[in-house]
Amino acid sequence: MVAKRDFVVRFAGEGGQGMVTASEALAAAAAQVGYHVMTFVTFPSQIMGGPTWSQCRISVTPALSNGDELDVLVAFNKEAYNVHKDELREGGILIYDSEVFSIEDVGGDSTNIVALPYQELGKSTGNPRAANMVILGAIAEFVNWPDKYLSDFNVKRFTRGRPNDEEVVSANEMGLQLGKKASTDSGFSLGELAVPNPPDYEQILIKGNDSLSTGAIAGEVELFVGYPISPATTILTFMEEHLRGEGKFVYQSSSEIESITAISGGGFAGKRSMTSTAGPGFSLMSEGLGMAWMMEIPIVVVDAQRGGPATGLPTKTEQSDLYMAMHPAHGDAQLPVIAPGTVEECFYAAMHALNWAERYQGPVIVLSDHMLTERTQNIRKPDPNLIPIERREVYSGSNGYQRYDGSSVTPMPIPGGPGAYVANASEHDGIGDTTHLPQRHVDGTERRFNKLKTLEDSLYESRNTQHSVAVMPWGGQKGPTHEAYEFLMEKGVDVAWYYTMFLSPLNPKLIKELQDKDLVIVPELNYLGQFASILRQHRINAVAITQYTGLPFKVHRLINEITNMVEQHANESTKAGV
Amino acid sequence: MTKRNPEYDFKWCPGCGDFGVKRAIELTIKARTNELSIPTENNVMVAGIGCSGNLVHLTDGPQPFGFHGIHGRTLPVAFGVKSANPDLQVMVVAGDGDFLSIGAEHIGPQAKRNLDITCVIMDNGVYGLTKGQSSPTTQLGVVTSTTPGGKIESEVKPFPLYLSLGVSFIASAFSSQPKEMAAMIREAMDYPGFSIVHIQSPCTTYDDTYDVLRGNAKKGIDPLTYDIPDTHDSSSVEAAYDLVNGTGIPLGVLYAAKDPSPLNERFDNLGRKNDSRDVHDLIQSFAIS
Ligand SMILES: Cc1ncc(C[n+]2csc(CCOP(=O)(O)OP(=O)(O)O)c2C)c(N)n1
Ligand code: SF4
Ligand SMILES: [Mg+2]
Repeated sequence: MVAKRDFVVRFAGEGGQGMVTASEALAAAAAQVGYHVMTFVTFPSQIMGGPTWSQCRISVTPALSNGDELDVLVAFNKEAYNVHKDELREGGILIYDSEVFSIEDVGGDSTNIVALPYQELGKSTGNPRAANMVILGAIAEFVNWPDKYLSDFNVKRFTRGRPNDEEVVSANEMGLQLGKKASTDSGFSLGELAVPNPPDYEQILIKGNDSLSTGAIAGEVELFVGYPISPATTILTFMEEHLRGEGKFVYQSSSEIESITAISGGGFAGKRSMTSTAGPGFSLMSEGLGMAWMMEIPIVVVDAQRGGPATGLPTKTEQSDLYMAMHPAHGDAQLPVIAPGTVEECFYAAMHALNWAERYQGPVIVLSDHMLTERTQNIRKPDPNLIPIERREVYSGSNGYQRYDGSSVTPMPIPGGPGAYVANASEHDGIGDTTHLPQRHVDGTERRFNKLKTLEDSLYESRNTQHSVAVMPWGGQKGPTHEAYEFLMEKGVDVAWYYTMFLSPLNPKLIKELQDKDLVIVPELNYLGQFASILRQHRINAVAITQYTGLPFKVHRLINEITNMVEQHANESTKAGV
Repeated sequence: MTKRNPEYDFKWCPGCGDFGVKRAIELTIKARTNELSIPTENNVMVAGIGCSGNLVHLTDGPQPFGFHGIHGRTLPVAFGVKSANPDLQVMVVAGDGDFLSIGAEHIGPQAKRNLDITCVIMDNGVYGLTKGQSSPTTQLGVVTSTTPGGKIESEVKPFPLYLSLGVSFIASAFSSQPKEMAAMIREAMDYPGFSIVHIQSPCTTYDDTYDVLRGNAKKGIDPLTYDIPDTHDSSSVEAAYDLVNGTGIPLGVLYAAKDPSPLNERFDNLGRKNDSRDVHDLIQSFAIS
């Protein structure tokens, strides 16, 4: 039998029951032996309780999406079983705690069902926390993992220099064995998971927000002010922990209005300044973002998207803030937007954003999304040296400087140095005094837009560009679309691939290439088809595949829809005789 | 039009109290430059939106840096500027509407952090720039364009408010007394902590209160303002409350907390300065081992 190449496990239950810990432990153990892993988490917004699930995908090739179907479902309670059972693939295995509910009561059907009283078994090891190990031991056995994988993980993870290390490790080991035995006794198997072939480059295992935050530190962020909000909070807490050293400042603000105006003050005073938020906070930043654009102050704002509008779906994923990211404020303004599509890109997006802000002297938006923020993934170890640090040009002449004269970026005076001016959010003359002369508004507006041209040299991906139909995902849906695309390539479907995380301004060369396509298909998680409509503004024939469930795309849906659209296009072209 | 910039077309009305405030600020910055060797360019003036905020464009002589942003947000901007570079001397200039209405939410946090900046508030009891609407300090019953039947909301009392929020240094001044005003602004700027100099700065166009504030014997009006007696203990919150809860407007330093510990000092005390982290180590901490 051919070994399995891919393995998807979902842990579903109620917040606080340890689902996330379990799936992350499984991912970490698999990554240690060289598998590719990706976790996906949905949180309830309350601290205790509320339906939660976490999924772990383990693969011999890089994991691009969460995986459409489940090989194993671990149901921590009745509700979880009912909600998730239909996603178990045929032949998949259900594990449930037989002390918590009875499978007969909920009409358990013919699926392979393993009654595993893991909490009781956990307790029997002397350490109730070993319950997770019981589950992992059972799961590992279904795919014939050598004992060593989890045993080694256990020793490494729990040898923490604490007095009770040994007890914990041995209780966990006992848990693993109990799970394994239950699994063997059940007689079920999923077939062997192929041995991993570890990549020949160095890797790290990291969450999207940690990657982005580490990238910001690599990008030499100096001042960070933020207000807690899901799913951006972990960027703030990361900075509170790690942004240290001479001249660095980090603080929890009293609101997002304070965050945006404070970092504008920081950027004005010469520091690389940044904040992070999600939709509701981003809305509050609207006026401040317009201010920074008008005043020409380098700042970076991360919007970790969640479902909207208003308070929306705080713990679910969506890509519905793109319009807002580009045009967050009243008046003529268009902000640069970088939307990373993978956990690895989160790192570089933060570095690029800090550079962009310095280069064009204005606010830059990093548009992340819930799909990326809490996901743990193995990635190639990021190399900060790949992105040289860019710094704003600082004015060093004499006083009386007309800071805002000229048609594009000009050197910026920094308080404490020469060239005192007024950073002015009203339309202004060269030195920053308010003015209402029509020509000043013309010059100022054109200058502010001209500066964006300094950002037009960004990179993009393109493959199989000979085809007249292209698919172009953005942000966190890059992964599922990429997986669908690989499948379509194997099938021989004629479709090109385009992708960039630099959504605004788009590289003019990319625009030109896309204009030459008959059709550009944009899978995106929003109702309006926001990126597709932005592409249409560039006279690109873009059509969106939309979804607004709060969940990411399933790969099979993308495969079907893209295939249909390509076929339909081919038929229409034949009819039209082209 | 100003001496230094003929294009700038904003003008205060004749007699506007803000002229005196501008003069006092110019004198203070100059004196501190001369006596403390603080270069003018180390001063940053963060201005609110209102007639008062336009002061940032109107100062004569050597120019400080200015930040003329959006309505109500002077304090958080000042927080960012001062935290980015604690060597800068940061001053907020704003009106009663900017500071006490739309921006009121920001006073408490800065007071609790004891951000080392000085706020110069020009209170005219009205929204001047938008042409005469009611402001938080407009008195109950007063008729304005937005309170045609008389204001039905009671007025904000700035001094008890500041005291209750824990502002470290509070002074009360009157725009007609530039010398005294300059002395108070000087004391506030030298004070290591969050300081507010709240100034009665009448609006001659929409709410001329000169007679009420300084009195007019001819019209039989007693002055509302009076000098704080020398016996006042400015280190006592209780004494400050006693003054501001009485009748009239006391002029002088109401309160100056002893041994304030400003935010930048507290932040330094966390000891994070000498604890810089190498980004390569940080990346390595996520290594798959
Ligand atoms: C967000 C926002 N809301 C409203 C305004 C309009 N506005 C400009 S100044 C002002 C009030 C100014 O009053 P005050 O702060 O007392 O200053 P004064 O003109 O009296 O010196 C208002 C409401 C604005 N600029 N921005
Ligand atoms: S309207 Fe009032 S506050 Fe504004 S400049 Fe005139 S007098 Fe001064
Ligand atoms: Mg006013």
